[in-house]
Amino acid sequence: MIDVWILAVFCLTVLMAFAVVRLVLGPTAPDRVIALDTVNTLVIASMILLGVVFQEIIIVDVAIVYGLLSFVSTLYIAKYIGGEL
Amino acid sequence: MTVVEILIYTCLVIGVVFNSLGVLGLLRFPDLYTRMHATTKATTFGSIFTSLAVVVYGLSMFFSQNASQYLNLAIHAFLAAAFLAFTNAVSAHAIARAAHKSGIKPMLAVVDRLEEAKL
Amino acid sequence: MIPFLVTTGMAFLLYLILTAGSGSIGFWSLSELAMGAVLAMITGLVTRKFLCRSESYRLLSPIRLLLLLVYVPVPFFIELMKANLDVAYRVITLNIRPGIIRVHSGLKTDLGIFMLANSITLTPGTLSVGIDEETNDLFIHTINIAEGDEKKEIIESTELFRLVNLPAWIRRIAE
Repeated sequence: MIDVWILAVFCLTVLMAFAVVRLVLGPTAPDRVIALDTVNTLVIASMILLGVVFQEIIIVDVAIVYGLLSFVSTLYIAKYIGGEL
Repeated sequence: MTVVEILIYTCLVIGVVFNSLGVLGLLRFPDLYTRMHATTKATTFGSIFTSLAVVVYGLSMFFSQNASQYLNLAIHAFLAAAFLAFTNAVSAHAIARAAHKSGIKPMLAVVDRLEEAKL
Repeated sequence: MIPFLVTTGMAFLLYLILTAGSGSIGFWSLSELAMGAVLAMITGLVTRKFLCRSESYRLLSPIRLLLLLVYVPVPFFIELMKANLDVAYRVITLNIRPGIIRVHSGLKTDLGIFMLANSITLTPGTLSVGIDEETNDLFIHTINIAEGDEKKEIIESTELFRLVNLPAWIRRIAE
C-alpha cells in the first residue's frame, strides 16, 4: 500500500524536473513565474502525499503554510512585473 | 483489493495524469497565456485529486482503526487542497494582468479587446 | 466592532478545524480551546480592517453560506471537470484559436466579481486577464474562440458556460 504513494511522489518529482526546463528556457519573466508556480503546486501535492508515506501530519501543515507563502510571493512578483511596486 | 483501495488508486492516477498534462502544456504551448491555461487548470485539478486520495485514505483508516490522527490527516489534506485551488486562481489572474500591463501580447490572437479598451 | 467579531469568529473556526480530534470536549481539549480563543482574538484585533473592507456582511446569512457550500462541490466541480478534459484535448492536439474578449458580467458587488473571475479562471478555456472597474466588465483570454465571436463587441457571461449557469448561482450567493 505504501509503495503506491512513493510511486506517485516519484512521478510528481519527475514532473517538477520538466517544469524546471521551462523555468530555465522561458523567454519572458512571467513565463518563469508560472513555471515556478507550477513547481510550487507540485511540491505542495507531493508534500501531502509524503504525509501519508511517513505517517506524519506535520508535513501537511507545512504544505499549507508553504502554499500560502508561495501565494504571497507570487502576488508580489506579479506586482513587480506589472510595474506597481 | 477493497473498494477503498480502488478509489485511492483511481484518484492517484487521475491526479498524476492531469499534473503531467499540465506540465506538458507548459512545455508545448506557444505563448504565456495559453501556457497559463494548462498550468492553472490542469495542475490545480491534479493536485486536488492527489489530495482527495489522501482524504479517502485518512477517512478509511479513521473508520477502521478509530484513531483520531487519521481524521486529522484527512481534514488537513482537504484544507490544503481548498487553499491550493483558491490561491492558484487568484495568482493566475494577478500574473496575467501584470503580464498584459508590462506589454506582452497574446500570440496568434484573433482579437484583443483589452488592448483596444486601453485600461 | 462587527469586523472584529467576524474576523475573530472566522479565525477561531479555522483553529477549531485544524485542531479537531485533540481531546474529549466534543473533538477538542480544553487547552486547545483556550489557546484558540486567545489567538483568534489577537488575530481579530490585528487584521479587523482587512477581511471586511467593503463593509458588507451579506455572506454572513446562513442561506448564502449554504448555497456557497453547495456551489463549490456540485456546479463548479462539473465545470472544472469539463475544463480539464478540454485542456487535455488542446494540449494533445494543439488546436487553438486564442484571443481576448470582453464579457458583460452584470454583477454589481466586489464579492460577485471576485467569485465570477475566479470561477472563470478555473473553468473551460477561459482565463480572466483584466477588469473594467467602472462597468464591472471582465476581459477574458479564451483559448478557442468560436467562429464569428471575435466580431462581437461584448459577450454575455452566460454564453461562456454551456452546462451549468454559473453566473446565476453567483448572483444568488453574492447579491
